[in-house]
Order: sequence, then structure tokens, then C-alpha cells
Amino acid sequence: MTSSPAIRVRGVVKRYGATEVLTGIDLDAPRGEVTCLLGPSGSGKSTLLRCIAFLEETSDGLIEIDGEPLGYGPGSNGGRVRLPPASIRAVRSNIGMCFQQFNLWPHMTALGNVSEALVTVRKFSRGEAEARAMAELEKVGLAKRATHYPSELSGGQQQRVAIARALALEPKIMLFDEPTSSLDPELTGEVLNVMRRLAETGMTMVVVTHEIGFAASVGSKIVFLDHGKILVEGSPTQVFGKPRHARIDQFLDTYLDRGAAGLL
Amino acid sequence: MTWELFELLLVASIKTVALSGLSIVLGFFLAAGVCAGMLSQNVAARRAGRLFVSFFRGTPLLVQLLLIYHLLPRVGIDVPSEVAAVIGMSLCTAAYQAEILRGGFGSVPKGLLEAADMCGIGAFDTFRRIRLPIAVRLTLPALTSELIMILKASSLVSVVGVIELTRMAQDLAASTFLPLPLYAAAGLIYLVINAVIASIGAIVERRVARGHA
Repeated sequence: MTSSPAIRVRGVVKRYGATEVLTGIDLDAPRGEVTCLLGPSGSGKSTLLRCIAFLEETSDGLIEIDGEPLGYGPGSNGGRVRLPPASIRAVRSNIGMCFQQFNLWPHMTALGNVSEALVTVRKFSRGEAEARAMAELEKVGLAKRATHYPSELSGGQQQRVAIARALALEPKIMLFDEPTSSLDPELTGEVLNVMRRLAETGMTMVVVTHEIGFAASVGSKIVFLDHGKILVEGSPTQVFGKPRHARIDQFLDTYLDRGAAGLL
Repeated sequence: MTWELFELLLVASIKTVALSGLSIVLGFFLAAGVCAGMLSQNVAARRAGRLFVSFFRGTPLLVQLLLIYHLLPRVGIDVPSEVAAVIGMSLCTAAYQAEILRGGFGSVPKGLLEAADMCGIGAFDTFRRIRLPIAVRLTLPALTSELIMILKASSLVSVVGVIELTRMAQDLAASTFLPLPLYAAAGLIYLVINAVIASIGAIVERRVARGHA
């Protein structure tokens, strides 16, 4: 079991009506490493991440988290079978997720957001939950903002609270769906720093991002999607180094003004 | 226009406030049920909810009150005027409040529910801890308006024999031949009551706005 990747995606297809958004994805996210999903908008990278979190139903294919099937398991005669909700909950409890829009609950303070699931799901007492939540906020540098409501925090601070909220539940895998895309440029740094530190602790991470610099320096595996397919995958040097795929060249051109040129 | 007359109006306005207040509260609980029905997976519950709303929102409160007042004794239920008035107003406001709440639930951003899902929070706790508090906050202004609407609409319950503020003003106007000052005074009392309701609503809104993106 330890030899299996943290996430194994096999033959995943996602259709919306007649449109195929993902056209048969095979992907392994290695344990303890940062896998970055890149690609132009509409390439299916966020959809893939949401399928891995089972926030989207896949139309076909299988996803394993830590060796356990999520959502669908292999059935007889080569098909797949829907797994019971309890199994989905159990497997998904290994995954933490951060969203582009942070999705903090607006009627709860930072502390309330981080401690909520500890109380309702993990059955901690209010006091234990808040102590744990406080420790998590400390890690993202926001202990002093614990009593603030989301509307009183900057975007970067909100995303850091969201990261603390996910980490409080001690996931084995963290998924990030464009965590800095709705932030002002000067706020992305603080979020990327928290993520960089998290990566250093050996957390398995899958990050959908447009931050090429982050992907190149923190990612150990780069997966480039285009039109619902994996176009190129490999180490940052393999993907970004020369000679490189013409499509990636074209994609990077649009990011040169973000300082990616110097890194590559 | 004497102080005695004004005092009679004030006493009658207590009935206006009491009947409206009771109807709003009863209506809210009924509305929560109707709304749950409309949002339910169950087809029969959804139909029943929609039917309830379309009937009580689609007919005038005046007609509903007269129907209740004349229908209940027919089936052997003898109800005092006040009870008939509260039943009529509760049913009517429930239809409106159910629609308001349905809109509120629909406006809770889907991402907030996905975040709850990813934290492993179950459907019931998500409803109790996240959907409901946010829906009520989103609909507070509309609920305050509905409270004011019902308070004004309560002037209609005189048709079933309840002597509330408007009816009292009418009676006194007829007996004193002072229609203008009496109706002006009644209007003023409505205005003051509604101003109080509106400011309470605004205070509550401001307090919850703190916790709002």
C-alpha cells in the first residue's frame, strides 16, 4: 500500500452533456510531493481537481486516494460501481481543500471557521477545538486575527484562514484550486509562502495555479493540461526546460510579464 | 380631537400590534415548513408547497379572511373574530415568507456548502450551522418589510369583526364627525409603529452585517 501514489487517477472522463471536459486522464500524485496542474483556462485543470475531491462526479474512470477508491470502485465485467456515502466520507476525510474564493463561512470568526468541523465532525469540546484552531491560525500567522470575521480580513488573510481550516482536520493530502487567482498581486506572496512552508513539511499537495514561478520552484511534478488532456508532464526542468513543447512556449509567453521569464 | 379619543386609538393599536405580531411568528414557522416542502426532493411535498404559496399569495387577504370567517362555522368550528383574523393573516404571510426564505436558501453561495462538504460536515449540521443562519441574514431586510406589510394589512381584519386601529378610527369618526383628525391620528400611529419596526430591523441587520462578506 505504501508504494501506491497518494492520488491515482485512471481513465477519468468528465462530460457536461455532449462536451467532454476531461477526455481520459491518467495521473499519479506522488506522496509527500507537490504536483502542479497548469494550463490555459478551460483546459479542465480545475475540473480535474474537483473530480479528485469528488465535488464533481466523474463520467467514467477511477480515482484512488491513498490506495482507496473514492466515489466509484472497480466493478465486475470491467465497469465501475458507485460506493456507499460512508465510504466516500471516509476516503474524503484524507483530503483538505482550498478554493479560489476562500469560501469561509461569513457568519463565523476566523476561529469559528477553523474550529467548526472539529466540533461538529470530530466531536471535540468547544474548548479543545478552539485551542487546536488557535494553534493552526498561529501556523499561518493569524493568531492575532482569530476573532475577526472574514469581511474584516484581506483576501490573503482569508485564504490563510481557509488553509488553517483545512489543516485543522489533519488531512494527508491538500488540494488547492487556484488559491491566489482572486488575490491582488501584493497579497499572493503571503499565501504562496504559507503553501511553500507546508510543502517543506512533506505534505502531499496538488495545486491548480497560474503562478508559474511557484510551480517551477516548489512543484516537483508539473502537469500541463490542454483541451481536457494531459499534454506534458514531468519535473519542472523537463516541462519548462528547452527544448519545450510549442504549446507550453505559447502559454509561457502570456506569463512573461509575471516574472516567469527570469525563472526559466 | 381630544386626548380621550387618541387614547382609544392607542388601545386599539395594541390589538393591531398583538394580532400582527402573533401572525408573523406563527407564519414564520409555517413558512419554514412550506419552504422545506418546496425545496424537498419529494415531488408531493414540492407540489403541496407551491400550491399553498400560489393560493395564499394569489388571492386577496380580504377574501381569505372572509372565507375563513364564513367557512369555519359551516364545518362546525366556531371561532372568535380574533382567532379567524390570526389564522387568515398567518396563512397569508406564511406564503410570502416561504418565498422569501426560498430565495434566501437559493442565494447561499454554493462554495460555502462545498467547503462544509470538504470538512466532512453532514447535511443536517450544514443546514443548522451554515445554510439557515446565512439564509436568515440574507433575507432580514425582506422579512422586516413583510412584518411592516402585515401590520398595515391588519387593517383588513375589521371585516371579520375585530376592532383594531383602523376600525376604531372609523367608528370614532362616524360618531364624532371628526374624520380628518381621527384618520390622521391613526395614520400617525401606524407610521410610528412601523418606524420602530424598521429601526429594530436596521439594528439587527447592522449587528449581523459584521459577519458578512
